[in-house]
Amino acid sequence: MLAVLVLTLIAVAFGLLLGFAAQRFRVEGDPIVDRIDAILPQTQCGQCSYPGCRPYAEAIASGEAEINQCPPGGQEGVEALADLLGREPLPLNEEHGEEKPKAVAVIREDICIGCTLCIQACPVDAILGAAKLMHTVIEAECTGCELCVEPCPVDCIDMLPVRETQETWTWPKPAGSGRVIPIIPARSSQ
Amino acid sequence: MTNPGDAQQALWQFPGGLHLADEKQLSSERPIARLATPARLVLPLRQHIGAANQPLVAVGERVLKGQQIASAEGYVSAPVHAPTSGTVAAIEEMPVAHPSQLPALCIVIDSDGAEEWIERHPLGEGYRDLAPLQLRNRLRERGIVGLGGATFPTAVKLQPGPGRRIDTLVINGAECEPYISCDQLLMRERAAQVLAGIAVIQHMISPAQTLIGVEDDKPDAIDALQRALAEAGLTETRVVAVPTRYPTGGEKQLIRVLTGQIVPSGGLPAEVGVLCQNVGTCAAIADAVYHDRPLISRIVTVTGRGVATPQNLEVPLGAPMAALIEHCGGYVDGVARLIMGGPMMGFALPSDQLPVTKGCNCLLASLAEELAPPRAEQPCIRCGACADACPAELLPQQLYWYARAGNLEQAREHHLFDCIDCGCCAYVCPSHIPLVQYYRHAKTAVAAAEREHEKSAVARQRHEFRQQRIERAEREKVERLAKKKAALEASKRAAKERAAAAAAAGEAPAEPAGDARQDAIQAAIERARKKKAAAAAAGVAAKNVDDLSEAQRARIAAVEARRARQREASGEAKDDASKGDDNGDTRRSAGS
Repeated sequence: MLAVLVLTLIAVAFGLLLGFAAQRFRVEGDPIVDRIDAILPQTQCGQCSYPGCRPYAEAIASGEAEINQCPPGGQEGVEALADLLGREPLPLNEEHGEEKPKAVAVIREDICIGCTLCIQACPVDAILGAAKLMHTVIEAECTGCELCVEPCPVDCIDMLPVRETQETWTWPKPAGSGRVIPIIPARSSQ
Repeated sequence: MTNPGDAQQALWQFPGGLHLADEKQLSSERPIARLATPARLVLPLRQHIGAANQPLVAVGERVLKGQQIASAEGYVSAPVHAPTSGTVAAIEEMPVAHPSQLPALCIVIDSDGAEEWIERHPLGEGYRDLAPLQLRNRLRERGIVGLGGATFPTAVKLQPGPGRRIDTLVINGAECEPYISCDQLLMRERAAQVLAGIAVIQHMISPAQTLIGVEDDKPDAIDALQRALAEAGLTETRVVAVPTRYPTGGEKQLIRVLTGQIVPSGGLPAEVGVLCQNVGTCAAIADAVYHDRPLISRIVTVTGRGVATPQNLEVPLGAPMAALIEHCGGYVDGVARLIMGGPMMGFALPSDQLPVTKGCNCLLASLAEELAPPRAEQPCIRCGACADACPAELLPQQLYWYARAGNLEQAREHHLFDCIDCGCCAYVCPSHIPLVQYYRHAKTAVAAAEREHEKSAVARQRHEFRQQRIERAEREKVERLAKKKAALEASKRAAKERAAAAAAAGEAPAEPAGDARQDAIQAAIERARKKKAAAAAAGVAAKNVDDLSEAQRARIAAVEARRARQREASGEAKDDASKGDDNGDTRRSAGS
């Protein structure tokens, strides 16, 4: 009888403790969405069919979208997402576009008529200009999403590949011998 | 003859390292010769670690010797000066000595042979009246960078940070890499100048003691320094012979040998109260302070069995490497490779038509049998020789596996960035694995990933801000409309009440005017709706199209026609009516 009482008391105490903790340490938002969003390249191009990287991250988290719909993130991005979510990596879905080398938008300034359509299209406010005045792209802020190309009435926006400089160059990885001597010799299964 | 201070100095040891055949006698037996200024000098705008510079001169402009021709951008940076007087022939991208073999922006100066100096303000001994900040600024403006090879801006290094005291000034004359002898010759021939530079640094940071570390295979340099020291009368300054062992000349290694202090991982020597400067840098500091001579030349060791008379040359920056080789009697038959830097840390050059820069301490022309070409990589046999050789106490094998697998996070946690690229691990590897290449790849890959990450963080923030702005604009619009509507209703109610009151008073209602207004509004709404529908059918419509030239209008029409064709081709559902609308809209917008 005493044992039952003690156990009941313990159960109640822990229940209260858990209830308190659930209130006190409530996690705002969904941390998995943040972690998916951190992997996505933040191009905000909408090629995944969602209006930006965050909505796509939310769709992945809810299981609504597959992890292979982000062409700017490329196969590497798909693998990082698969790794995070413990899923099988899929090949990039070609319906959403193909992986391209990094590019930035450049406005041919002598042709620009100052229509502001590209400014409205830019998801990261990287185009500077005003009505009837020439526009220009802030190169450092451009994500290469290509959303400004289509609205331009005079086709004066080109996507130019990002040039490699001494600062951004990476040493090539050696080809390697292609072989690895395993630490533990492989044993035949018995 | 001997300085009382150098009697016996307790020394420490760093782990790992190698004994290498030093090969310095090849070039160290001849005195420093001066290379005549070539007709054309090519000066890369970035000759230091840090941000790239901007040119300050224009093509065709005449420049004087010592004139600043490129600005220093940012804090960690150093300007570039004209090494001779002449005319700026071009400012363009040209091949430079860099492992990437990517071109870089350079200023090309055609020398006029006059060597006409810009106005100078030498300080002489007067520098002692200046505050450290003023001297630092002078060194910064004169483009002084670390000449040991790292080319880190000296003015930045001489600022140990707030609240940090420098107890020990370490002067690096170790010059541990085989073949290179430019520091040895400098100490032998210009010891007084080196000490004058040391005195300037001492004045700036007032260290408790100064230790000049020189490897004991250079007795001539030690001797010359000690003789000059007796004359210069520097206090608490000692020349210390350190055992010859590669890489004693590494900053952290030399500090450890001389003081026993271990610079923490990822930290700076200033954290343990030490500042380290190369002897070549000290000489450049003396030049900048005493004679107001910016960094426009440096001593380059031209060596190797692939060159006829190996020797050290004082070379104006920007001189083509071919001119140095020619001055040294040209190549010997069978020369296989030209390397900038030493055999351990240098990199092979694709051509000798590249300019000498601030960081170019050695040109090594080697025969095929002298430096074996890289051998085919074999699998790692896990012998652990690399870990024994590593002077930075890292786990080269672990780093190799992580770099190979692209596991950058783990490589970083295993202190990848404490690796000093000395090459000891690759040298001892029995499987000829180019370990340093793997680490360099991993280091630059980490840096690239960080840049990407920062860029995406900025993009995320800007996108979120834009979303918020759009939402706010929408909300404000709705609120404004609601307010307007409320106001309208209130006025309507008031009008009705007035009408009722008037009717009650027996007057005739004045309604027709209101009806006409309602009709006009309806008509305007209808027009706007039609226009909107037309615009939606066209996909996009040009805006702000008034005051355009004929050519611009023609361009818009052409683009829209092309788009219309595209839409047709892509089979988007479009009935004839909407196409008619589309064309009408184009005409309207072009003609308005």
